[in-house]
Amino acid sequence: MAELIDLVLLGMLAATALRVIFLRDLFAVVMLFGIYSFLSAAIFVSLDAVDVAFTEASVGAGISTVLMLGTLALTERKEKVTQHKSWLPLLVVITTGGALIYGTLDMPPFANPDNPVHHHVAPRYIEQSPQEVGLPNMVTSVLASYRGFDTLGETVVVFSAAVGVLSLLGIRRRREPASGLASESDNTGQADLSESDPGLRAHEVLRVIAKLIIPLILLFALYVQFHGDFGPGGGFQAGVIAAAAFILYALVFGIGSGFQVVSPNVLRWLTPFGVLLYAGVGVLCMLMGGQFLDYNVLASDPVHGQHYGIIAIELGVGITVFAVMLNIFYAFTSQTERVGQ
Amino acid sequence: MIMLEILSGFLLAIGVFFGLTGAIGLFRFPDFFTRVHSASVTDSMAAVCILAGLLLQSDFGLTAVKLLFILLFLLVTSPTASHALAKAARHGGLLSIPEHKHSVKGQD
Amino acid sequence: MTMLMLAAVCVGILVIMGLALARAFSAPTVYDRILGVNMFGTKTVLFIAAIGFLSGRPDFLDIAIVYALINFIGMVAVLRFFEYTSPEDSKTTHLE
Repeated sequence: MAELIDLVLLGMLAATALRVIFLRDLFAVVMLFGIYSFLSAAIFVSLDAVDVAFTEASVGAGISTVLMLGTLALTERKEKVTQHKSWLPLLVVITTGGALIYGTLDMPPFANPDNPVHHHVAPRYIEQSPQEVGLPNMVTSVLASYRGFDTLGETVVVFSAAVGVLSLLGIRRRREPASGLASESDNTGQADLSESDPGLRAHEVLRVIAKLIIPLILLFALYVQFHGDFGPGGGFQAGVIAAAAFILYALVFGIGSGFQVVSPNVLRWLTPFGVLLYAGVGVLCMLMGGQFLDYNVLASDPVHGQHYGIIAIELGVGITVFAVMLNIFYAFTSQTERVGQ
Repeated sequence: MIMLEILSGFLLAIGVFFGLTGAIGLFRFPDFFTRVHSASVTDSMAAVCILAGLLLQSDFGLTAVKLLFILLFLLVTSPTASHALAKAARHGGLLSIPEHKHSVKGQD
Repeated sequence: MTMLMLAAVCVGILVIMGLALARAFSAPTVYDRILGVNMFGTKTVLFIAAIGFLSGRPDFLDIAIVYALINFIGMVAVLRFFEYTSPEDSKTTHLE
């Protein structure tokens, strides 16, 4: 039964990928990419990898689609017809794909308990984690405690993505001044932006529903943040969901109103704050006598120390991811004013 | 207990039936606005039936609360999205079949 | 008995998802594509809930909530940015 579901989902995935190749309309391509992410997340759910499915659904199907649509608004909607014949690239792809498939023939059977991957570090984590960390969700204990340094690296990568986007695009606060008034204050600049970008104000039903739904989404983001110890979730997913709530507000009411709710200045402070919190917890552990990110020394009882440390760093990850996603969205969406729509 | 199982199975079957008819209606109806109607009405009904069927199989606890939350959320957002889509199509200039015939006749 | 019912429901929802996908692949107008994607998203929510019950792990319901959310926000984003396409493209949406 599970194999049948996997097979059907993978078949739909392949069909979607093939369809994307032969479509010229980039708008449809973006929507099919959203479906592709949905299908990947469903496959992860079928493979029992719940945290990965969570992240794939929220980032791949949500944020990526919104950002790609924002990019489409700045560029063309139809793909240019390629001038050259693609026989050589096709040959290269077929050869590489064939070599990869030939390589997988040597691999051990899928989900066999005798596989080497199940015999080195994984049994130690699975057996020792209840005593050492004491959290029901072992993915969180591996991510946040056993491999906490890797997660710090991931958070820094997310932070540097925001730095890259901000240095390349920046967030435009005001329209191009037509009469040369270069020194408008921020207030009038934001009022200009809200006039020129009405969002979806004409849809009254959407406005009412958005106002109803956004508090629920924020509540759910808080739930995911703190429930990550017991079920699927954690800092990353919670940050993305909280950013999605504010992105919904900015989409429906216009980017100017979005700036008034969460201004880019606040985001500029929040983005490094999460990373600082994470690294700060590590330094605190060093100051209290342990090694970097050794949570055992944070409290009198090592298990309690682990809990405190994990909660603190998950908060750091959540804050940084939230600020970064919202920063990138602001950077992309505020560019549309330049095109003169 | 067996009554609950039968009722749950009945609701699940009805839900899948509604979903199937809605999906087939996506292909068979002649005009976009009729297709929106078919998709959105059967979507809400199928969601209610399937989630109610699953609700009858779970005991009182966090699972039932989450199912109820999903049900309420789908009930609120799915018709809103269909309404917004139909309104956007209208603003984009899409004409329904009688209006299309009328405009074509008027041009003769 | 319950497992058989749930398995049948999963297969049924997979068929519906396949049909919605076919509509998203080949659509007369661009709005039909958006409709197909929306229906695919809603059915995936129900699919995840059913799979969770089938495999006895109701933790999956968190993912179903996220899907419903992301589907809605994706639809709002599509409708919002669709207004920014050039006028030539919107002319081609008349029953193309």
